[in-house]
Amino acid sequence: MSWITKTLTSSIGRKIIMALTGLFLCSFLVVHLIGNLQLFKHDQGAAFNTYSHFMGTNPIIRTIEWGLVLGFGFHIFEALVLTRRNKAARGAQGYVSNHSEQNSEWTSRNMGILGSIILIFLIVHLYNFFWRARFAGDLPKMGGADPLTSDYDNLYMAVVSSFHIWWYVLLYVAAQISLGYHLWHGFRSGFQTLGLNHRKYTPLIKYVGYIFAVVVSAGFASMPLYFFLFTNAQGEMAANAPAFLHTVASAF
Amino acid sequence: MAGSNPNAKPMNLTLNVWRQPNRQAQGKIVEYHVKDISPDMSFLEMLDVLNEDLLRGGQDPVAFDHDCREGICGSCDLFINGRSHGPEKGTTTCQLHMRKFSDGDTITIEPWRANSFPVNKDLSVDRSAFDRIIQAGGYVSVNTGGAPDGNEIPIPKEISDRAFEAATCIGCGACVAACKNASAMLFVSAKVSQLSLLPQGHVERKTRVENMVAQMDKEGFGACTNIGSCAAECPVGISLENIAILNREFLAAKATSNNLA
Repeated sequence: MSWITKTLTSSIGRKIIMALTGLFLCSFLVVHLIGNLQLFKHDQGAAFNTYSHFMGTNPIIRTIEWGLVLGFGFHIFEALVLTRRNKAARGAQGYVSNHSEQNSEWTSRNMGILGSIILIFLIVHLYNFFWRARFAGDLPKMGGADPLTSDYDNLYMAVVSSFHIWWYVLLYVAAQISLGYHLWHGFRSGFQTLGLNHRKYTPLIKYVGYIFAVVVSAGFASMPLYFFLFTNAQGEMAANAPAFLHTVASAF
Repeated sequence: MAGSNPNAKPMNLTLNVWRQPNRQAQGKIVEYHVKDISPDMSFLEMLDVLNEDLLRGGQDPVAFDHDCREGICGSCDLFINGRSHGPEKGTTTCQLHMRKFSDGDTITIEPWRANSFPVNKDLSVDRSAFDRIIQAGGYVSVNTGGAPDGNEIPIPKEISDRAFEAATCIGCGACVAACKNASAMLFVSAKVSQLSLLPQGHVERKTRVENMVAQMDKEGFGACTNIGSCAAECPVGISLENIAILNREFLAAKATSNNLA
């Protein structure tokens, strides 16, 4: 093995890959969340579908997409390798009595479980939206008067119909809660692993991480909840929706 | 038994102690009862009372590690009621006093658990893996000859304080015992940051961190996931900042050292 592979397969090397891919995936979450906020726009999905078409066809985005695949791939692979290694290090004989809840946070000790829930969600999520848009080709077209956008896939309607299925909404919300807890530990942990610990900045990183975890998970969870609770089958806001939602919608 | 506090009432306790005849044997928890324990006793003195009872009864006493009983040698290593060195923060087992427990308590006592810390007997574990990590790089080169002047090398007070904080690690292994991953990174990081902060440690700065991390991995310790149990259970308060320093030192050494191996 060369010094590079030795470095990257050492305990610290693998942690550094976890941290780099983890923080990269955090940046993806930001982009994904901001893009998806267009679901809330009251235009029968015109903005969202145009955005989806761009994301699915633009050559630069398609290239970066491979970076995302690698990011997820390495994050999951290293997690598996490190978990196996750490379980072996702990040994076969466990403690009869172990009160780790008195010395650490639950989220920090259960990143693997939280990550696994997110992975299950990810597979369902990719199959339902990404696979159908990119490979299956069975989505309805947007139609409408504009010749530029009329043959775009109507991914918006696929989202709306999915978010009217109760178990799908439940899965989404559960996954976003897991994601929130995963980020609660993961954000600051990534900086710590990269050696970015400083008594001036670490408290800031910690609280930015907490805010990031809450905003991102709540932001994603709000989408299925909104469509399930407050819209009809066409994604139009129901009359009984809270007044502030009507106010927000009319502002756009 | 007379204690220094005349109001201290003696306690009767139930002990669940891990008994294991040797390294290969299967161990198990055995229940014992100790009577008239003074609250002023240390935890180890309470175990001495148990062992005297066992010896009087013709039984094998419980083996446990101890040496200075002053909290500085790092020999004592008991996992008490699910915590490294017991429930009190910033304390070694020998400095844990029975006044932290109450009459009638049941106390579970186990050895450190980690694949790299095999149990010798009962509560005594083999921590020679730590010694081999130190041998791999936890030292500095010094000139022989006349003694150098004490203040010849200027070191900022803030740096020497931080190095001293890291140097307080007594190598007890509480960090490994508490860690979900049985990671030795708090221990290794304490030594690496202590020596890399000081100018005396700069001669071996790169090889030290490379060799110590390599030995740590070879010994089979886990990889840190920044849970923080180690720092919370450390009897001398080694902080997680040291692990960040270790990661930095490791990355910098790997990127810039001339070592191709």
